[in-house]
Amino acid sequence: MRPAVEGWFTTGDEPALVGSQCRSCGHVAFPKETVFCKNPACAGDEFDDVELSRRGRVWSYTDAQYQPPAPYVPRTDPYEPFAIAAVELPEGLVVVGQVADGFGTADISVGTEVELVVEPLDEELLIWRWRPL
Amino acid sequence: MRPVTIAGVGMHPWGKWGRPFVEYGVHAARAALADAGIDWTDVDLVVGGETVRGGYAGYVAGSTFAQALGWNGARVATSYAACATGAQALDTARSRILAGMADVALVVGADTTPKGFLAPNAGERWDDPDWLRFRLVGMTNPAYFALYARRRIDLYGATPEDFAAVKVKNARHGLANPNARYRKEVSVDDVLGSAVVADPLHLLDICATSDGGAAVVLVSDRFAKERGLTDGVKVRAISTVTPTFPQTVLDMPYLSTESSSVVPAGDATFKESLARAAYEEAGISPEDVDVAEVYDLSTALEQDWIEDLGLCARGEAEQLLRAGDTTIGGRIPVNPSGGLACFGEAVPAQALAQVCELTWQLRGQAEGRQVEGARVGITANQGLFGHGSSVIVSR
Repeated sequence: MRPAVEGWFTTGDEPALVGSQCRSCGHVAFPKETVFCKNPACAGDEFDDVELSRRGRVWSYTDAQYQPPAPYVPRTDPYEPFAIAAVELPEGLVVVGQVADGFGTADISVGTEVELVVEPLDEELLIWRWRPL
Repeated sequence: MRPVTIAGVGMHPWGKWGRPFVEYGVHAARAALADAGIDWTDVDLVVGGETVRGGYAGYVAGSTFAQALGWNGARVATSYAACATGAQALDTARSRILAGMADVALVVGADTTPKGFLAPNAGERWDDPDWLRFRLVGMTNPAYFALYARRRIDLYGATPEDFAAVKVKNARHGLANPNARYRKEVSVDDVLGSAVVADPLHLLDICATSDGGAAVVLVSDRFAKERGLTDGVKVRAISTVTPTFPQTVLDMPYLSTESSSVVPAGDATFKESLARAAYEEAGISPEDVDVAEVYDLSTALEQDWIEDLGLCARGEAEQLLRAGDTTIGGRIPVNPSGGLACFGEAVPAQALAQVCELTWQLRGQAEGRQVEGARVGITANQGLFGHGSSVIVSR
């Protein structure tokens, strides 16, 4: 199995999202910048990969009780709903992901601490998810 | 900014008619021209709101409408700004009139929509955020609305019953609106009893997608004087500002926000800045507003907009709602048309439909839903990819 998008996150025991850090202004971005720094006061075009914090706090959350349309690929037939969390990381940005398998909206609230895990997206691809602590 | 006269407005009723978008657009355009008492042959600028669901004809909507009305030699432009398309098209027309380069501008937006969730265009596009959000996370539009709604609950003590009350209010407002798609009373129990789509939002909290068309005719001062149209409702401001870095509020279709690690977040969110720019351009403040048409993609988003427009302090929109302030007859009626709750969204037409409604309200022609004595109205609207708009009109 391989990451759904190459280079977006690491796998292994302590997986992390991989962002970029601008060599000129230090701005951190996820998904990573490869061409232009998004800081309007910076013309930087060189970046270093930087692993983002694995833990953050829930900014908000919801679930998908109806099957989303393609290109979403359902994992089961019949469809089973899943929860979604938007998580604020110490780097000052919010990253959306599904909530880890086995957890739902009842397990989180705004402010809940969560940790990044990597789980199967489908039969070939891996994806990041947020697991409540 | 010099005001520009709205000579006429018109719409094709919202629904699920299943016909080509151009039919709704031409219907709305003819209604707006008739309302203005202006012949199509007098129009010297056509601005179309693009639809991404009508093939090439949709991409060149301006010329599609012009050809359907019969080529008359007018200049043509087409705008696309997601949900703010109509406002951007209106701004293009206004700019050309203010520059003295057009006298009669016809602005038209129309759409025909599929059933269910709005899905991205077909094909594998691993570099397109609007494709990735579905592929990687299954983030539908209602999922974003639900994230915002949940924050109102957890931060401000809003309840699902409050959100349902927004739907009840808007359903009542839209009952007598001939252009509304849904004209039926809805109870709090109906909303809470409908299926949960994305917790905490129920099916009846979320707006549908609709077919529809709306058109606005703008005229220059010179033309207005010549035709005796100077008493018309005036466009006082059209704000279509983009976000300011870092954009720290999660926005469709992205899976992340910009980081505030190097540059701290500004003092206004994107939606607040849309309204601030409109107030500044019009030279008025929120206290001057009599009526608002806001983009209630969900019931909870109407509450967010009320605060973004400065009609009350952050976190206090539920107090207004519960006091009946946002109902027709209240202190600041919101969505007297019935809003998206009664219309459903027809993307390139919707921001124009908001202007149509405010025009009727300010003329005193909003039969069965009139906000008495309304002299100043504001719209608010937000779309994908950093688009949004706020339009201010006045007598």
